[in-house]
Amino acid sequence: MSKTLFEKIWEKHIVKTIDDGPSVLYIDRHFIHEVTSPQAFTGLNKRGIKVLRPQQTIATADHNVPTLNQHLPIKEELSRLQVEALKTNCAEHGIELYGLGHPYQGIVHVIGPELGITQPGMTIVCGDSHTSTHGAFGSIAFGIGTSEVEMVFASQCLLQSKPKLMRINVDGKLNNGVVSKDIVLYILSKITASGATGYAVEFAGAAIRSLSMEARMTICNMSIEMGGRCGLIAPDETTFEYIQGKPLAPKGEKWQASLNNWKSLYSDDNTVFDKEYFFNAADIQPMITYGTNPGMGIGVSENIPTTETINENDKSGLAKSLAYMGLQQGVAIKGQKIDYVFIGSCTNSRIEDLRMVASFVKGKKKADDVEVWIVPGSKQVEAQAIKEGIDKIFEEAGFQLRQPGCSACLGMNEDKIPAGKYCISTSNRNFEGRQGAGARTLLASPLTAAAAAITGFVTDVRELLN
Amino acid sequence: MKALTTIQSRFVPINIENIDTDQIIPARFLKATTKDGFGKNLFRDWRYYNDDESKTRADFPLNMSQFDGEILVAGKNFGCGSSREHAAWSILDAGFRVVVSSFFADIFKNNALNNGVLPVQVSDEFLQQIFLQDNNTELTIDLQNQTITINSTGEQEHFEISNYKKTCLLNGYDDIDYLLSVKKDIENYETVNNL
Ligand code: SF4
Repeated sequence: MSKTLFEKIWEKHIVKTIDDGPSVLYIDRHFIHEVTSPQAFTGLNKRGIKVLRPQQTIATADHNVPTLNQHLPIKEELSRLQVEALKTNCAEHGIELYGLGHPYQGIVHVIGPELGITQPGMTIVCGDSHTSTHGAFGSIAFGIGTSEVEMVFASQCLLQSKPKLMRINVDGKLNNGVVSKDIVLYILSKITASGATGYAVEFAGAAIRSLSMEARMTICNMSIEMGGRCGLIAPDETTFEYIQGKPLAPKGEKWQASLNNWKSLYSDDNTVFDKEYFFNAADIQPMITYGTNPGMGIGVSENIPTTETINENDKSGLAKSLAYMGLQQGVAIKGQKIDYVFIGSCTNSRIEDLRMVASFVKGKKKADDVEVWIVPGSKQVEAQAIKEGIDKIFEEAGFQLRQPGCSACLGMNEDKIPAGKYCISTSNRNFEGRQGAGARTLLASPLTAAAAAITGFVTDVRELLN
Repeated sequence: MKALTTIQSRFVPINIENIDTDQIIPARFLKATTKDGFGKNLFRDWRYYNDDESKTRADFPLNMSQFDGEILVAGKNFGCGSSREHAAWSILDAGFRVVVSSFFADIFKNNALNNGVLPVQVSDEFLQQIFLQDNNTELTIDLQNQTITINSTGEQEHFEISNYKKTCLLNGYDDIDYLLSVKKDIENYETVNNL
């Protein structure tokens, strides 16, 4: 019988299935961070048990950490306590921690892949919804709540029901100035922020195949913004090449065995999905969001929709959204004044993102009244950027290169956007207050964000490319 | 986890769609290392102006004295966004045992069930009916029979829940108890798969 990529991985990880209930799903890798793990450790301690498989658990500190002066103690007391609790808990349970000061520290969804921990065919979870990022390697990767973190600690398993299956195909060739972030914002604008709820989403088609691993991660990262349980892309030569030689990737004989196994991971011909979409890459323009959910996006040269032109899903929320954003129905978004530019987050903080921005801004200067923060996804990304001289390019452009962490993606540390200010952000969520109480977020690609940094306004980057 | 069988209560209506977990509990309140005390920050930025507890928004249902009860009724696609279980903790801590909506985000649904909060998914029409009721109307949620009833009109709808989750909730068991009970199977799986 023909099977989908998802089913091949899913079935291999079933320990047992409860009659008329969920399955016990075995988890290969469990990533943890400081914010969603402390209560799970407390739960374990109350039961008097230890983490069952600490060697399959990987920890980092990312959500709360400052992005300046990381060598000093964290000033904010509650953040410091959370980061310290992670340290103590990891030590007690024998879990490897890539904490502050470690050369591998960074955003959990950036470090897993760059260390070679994330591999095709695995089941991967983390107490963080953007765990879907790891699906770019052809793995089942999804976010879980803290009770579920405790379950994985206790049993290396989770109780899960099989989701429905969706495939989103993007064929054709991308236009100049259009990158993977635009693809995913475009899909979101078509299927809405709840369009994939209840589904595991496989991304396929020539335009997806042509993407680098980092670009694929950007797409899978935002599958949760469609409501998807997870997002995944079948592994191919691009995937294998990326993994080979990474610090924790399989080596020698193990590499060959893994490779043979990974090559069987694809959806067979003639498999039927519960839902399938087809898009053409040529239809995609540089995208930007105007509202307060990631499905509220338009081409950067288009007008903000009106109650007449908007999709059903966002109709009732349009007025409230635009009032929060201080924007009007039916007018152009291009030319909107910007106060902050944030280039970072698990969506777009990898070395290719930084290179893309650097090659665009080289020799240019930021607009005077715009503040620009570039927050690399990890210590390794930061080190690579410095090695390539990207830091100098940013400095000359007036961009601040900060230290790794989640930063202004969710504003848990000091990096908050003030109320009423406009921030063009390469992160994944434009919810009310996400980047700070009252902050107004416009989601876009690193290129579109960089263009706004230079002009001070929402800009169609294509007008500045040659 | 506290068991749940039947809830009969008035309800608090929040007729807004796509309520994400950043609204339910903003990120700046996620710094605790325990599960307690989140209720007072539930919908924090919709309850107060400028994060100031003395400046309540009079038009937000949680601030309106006429609304009360153990049931929260909200617009479609409730709980989307972040996986923070703090959203479920804050709803429970604020005294709610049931959330009614016409659509729930997956992770929120799991998180709620894992904390003894029952997500009841109804049709769009039934949801609109509830929103039309006055503030004295009570709803009855009967988990055993999987029904929700608008007591004043007698209108009733059936809701879905897996048998397994239903049994857990009726008895107050949680998934960890179950997973610990199948440890042998898990170890077998590991041996067979060379893990
Ligand atoms: S960068 Fe943002 S979305 Fe990604 S893990 Fe951190 S807080 Fe979550």
